[in-house]
Amino acid sequence: MNACRSLLAVLALAFAGAAAAQELRIGLASEPTSMDPHYHNLSPNNSLLSHVFESLVDQDERQRLQPGLAESWKAIDDTTWEFKLRRGVKFHDGTPFTADDVLFSFERAPNVEGSPASFGIYSRGKTLVKVDDHTLHIKTAAPYPLMPNDVSQIFIVSRKHATGAKTPDFNSGKAAIGTGAFRYVEYTPGNRIILQRNDGYWGARPQWARVVFRGIKSAPSRVAALLAGDVDLIEQVPATDMERLRKDPKLAIAQIVSNRIMYLHLDHWRDDSPFVKGKDGAPIKNPLRDQRVRAAISKAIDRDAIVSRVMEGMAIKAGQLLPEGFFGVSSKLQPVAQDAAGAKQLLAAAGVPNGFRLTIHAPNDRYPNDAKIAEAVGQMLSRIGIDTEVVTMTSGVFFREASSGGPDKSPKFSFILAGWGSGTGETSSPLKSLLATFNREKGMGGANRGRYSNPEVDKLIDQALATVDDARRQDLLARAAEVAIEDVGIIPLHYVVNTWAMRRGFSYKARADEYTLAGGVSRAN
Amino acid sequence: MVFVLRRVLQSLLVVLVMSLVVFVGVHLVGDPVHILISDDMTQAEIDRFIEKLGLDRPVHEQYLHFLANAARGDLGNSFVHGEPALKLILERMPATLELALAAFVLAIAVGIPLGMYAGLRPESPASRAIMAGSILGFSLPTFWVGLMLIMVFAVMLGWLPSTGRGEFLTWDGLRHLALPAINLALFKMALVTRLARAGTREAALQDYVRFARAKGLSPARVVRVHVLKNILIPVVTVLGLELGGLIAFSVVTETVFAWPGMGKLLIDSIQRLDRPVVVAYLVITVVMFVVINLVVDLLYAALDPRVRLSEARA
Repeated sequence: MNACRSLLAVLALAFAGAAAAQELRIGLASEPTSMDPHYHNLSPNNSLLSHVFESLVDQDERQRLQPGLAESWKAIDDTTWEFKLRRGVKFHDGTPFTADDVLFSFERAPNVEGSPASFGIYSRGKTLVKVDDHTLHIKTAAPYPLMPNDVSQIFIVSRKHATGAKTPDFNSGKAAIGTGAFRYVEYTPGNRIILQRNDGYWGARPQWARVVFRGIKSAPSRVAALLAGDVDLIEQVPATDMERLRKDPKLAIAQIVSNRIMYLHLDHWRDDSPFVKGKDGAPIKNPLRDQRVRAAISKAIDRDAIVSRVMEGMAIKAGQLLPEGFFGVSSKLQPVAQDAAGAKQLLAAAGVPNGFRLTIHAPNDRYPNDAKIAEAVGQMLSRIGIDTEVVTMTSGVFFREASSGGPDKSPKFSFILAGWGSGTGETSSPLKSLLATFNREKGMGGANRGRYSNPEVDKLIDQALATVDDARRQDLLARAAEVAIEDVGIIPLHYVVNTWAMRRGFSYKARADEYTLAGGVSRAN
Repeated sequence: MVFVLRRVLQSLLVVLVMSLVVFVGVHLVGDPVHILISDDMTQAEIDRFIEKLGLDRPVHEQYLHFLANAARGDLGNSFVHGEPALKLILERMPATLELALAAFVLAIAVGIPLGMYAGLRPESPASRAIMAGSILGFSLPTFWVGLMLIMVFAVMLGWLPSTGRGEFLTWDGLRHLALPAINLALFKMALVTRLARAGTREAALQDYVRFARAKGLSPARVVRVHVLKNILIPVVTVLGLELGGLIAFSVVTETVFAWPGMGKLLIDSIQRLDRPVVVAYLVITVVMFVVINLVVDLLYAALDPRVRLSEARA
């Protein structure tokens, strides 16, 4: 049997050898929705399109900022950033890259027709001034330290080809002309995307002459495609197959902790919270507004058990908003250890010694094992007397209700499980969205579905967002996180670990932002 | 001609009712906005997007707007892809048709001979095995069978590719087609086998078959001309309906084998609540069913002259 199989393998290699050495085949869990780099601000799109297009500032595998199409950048006064553009860069059609292309891209990015998630959040409020062909000033009304982070999110398209181009023109490849290491060859939605090496690339030459991406959404099929050798690398390995794949001598695994925190949000603002009841089912005054009750809930949770049992080791327990090593992380905050006795004491001190009834709401198709995590949390809380009912639902319903399902578009639920990935790779993103006081006009607290509000946290966030000096901003962000987490504004559970599996002999530089990049795949020869 | 016209009017009504049901249904299920947007967007930005899609208006207004556009042949743009829903569906139709027809041919080519054999020799061990096999074909879940096929033929034996589609009508294309086609055909194969067996057993006892035998015709001719032709009517009826099902709802097989067809598009669109695509898809499906039923009726008339007479009298 084995001999037979290796014979077949040898034969297959002999036929495919010549082409395969230069070709990389990747199985994607989620396909991009378009080839237009300004159409949909979504991880699968950004991941794939960063092969073809580049930004002024690049993010490395841990989301640290690196020079991209800009060689350097600095704040020249409080409200102006200067970007020095790379010289000698050419688009795929041979036209040189200049400041005009940047101006054009920033103009186009927020104005794409029908865009479901616009890049406007990164380009708005910024005025671009061309100094010369390779120098650019970007001005804001107020000091804006996140300028390089924002700039790293906007792909630069060719002014020549993208003028007047709509999304279908990018999908067909007509306008899909960038400066990236790969060129567009074919895009068949639902089937495959083929890219070809750009031999005129300014940076490191990729090992692969041709890359084929195939969308294989069903997790068992994706694993099977890898086992069958039909693809060389797959992303988002399902936790249930981890053990088996790890033991398989024909495969290799690459992992890294991601920028995604899984957390619990609690109702901080209503005295009469709809999903909190007394033990007898009668309405009670919302105990979640008491810091001691929130701390008790945090202490009731056995994060180690969630990480090892529910997540099968594909997570790291969390004590704050982003894992160690990211910008703005506090060195003081540690994951809360499970302590049922301590939790009960806290409940007694808060005047609810016997606990209460609570419903946890969670999506069941959005994050890895989301429904199972909610069930585990429910059981752990029931152990300290908080009888917890678990309700899970499809994410389309969950996020609508959790964000604005209540009266006057207020959040509907009392206690939810959700996740947050920091696109910018630093903690101002979760602070601004999850913990800042909800304020539609200021664009703060957009995902603050517990309506947490703490003037001290708000002040620290505001200060941090106006501080251009990195060291001082790091301190302010860390302090904001400390205050908010000690007040239990949210309860961090764990950081998701991103996992790739590949055929033996291949290696992948695992990325915190979940991107699957052909440039990060190499093969030992 | 009147017959065809009446059919067309009936189906227009069906399409109308169905679009209303789907429209309201998808509206009730959830909100596409929260699936499509990125986490970092501000509320103001989300509101702008909702307004752009027209989702802030009451659902009956949205529906009337949809009808007005549909009358002009515009079924709307996909929320997710920003391209016309109809274009997205038609782009993927060839893949699905290829798969469905392959499965269809497979089901007939395997099912009818097996069923007739089992019908002619009901007591033989081979017939019993065929019937037991057909029960398995009925009852095993498609999803599981699909994964097993992949495990055995792609992972363990390495004979066939696990997922995806090759070029149409090439060796590579056929290799990619084999497993999903078998997977999709399995249920229909079992169905055809059982239908053919039941029909054959019934026909074998009919007077015309006995007379044909008594006349001294060869057994092969009796089976081919007298039995086969007569069992075809129920088989054609059922298969006609099943073909529609094969084309419209090969969702599971397409998902397991990552086959780039319409079924995969439908399931993705439902998950993302991409209403224009779901509605357009079902409109096309209804139209397709109506056409297939029409063809079945015409085939009937060809197979059984009595149908034409009754139609004329009505």
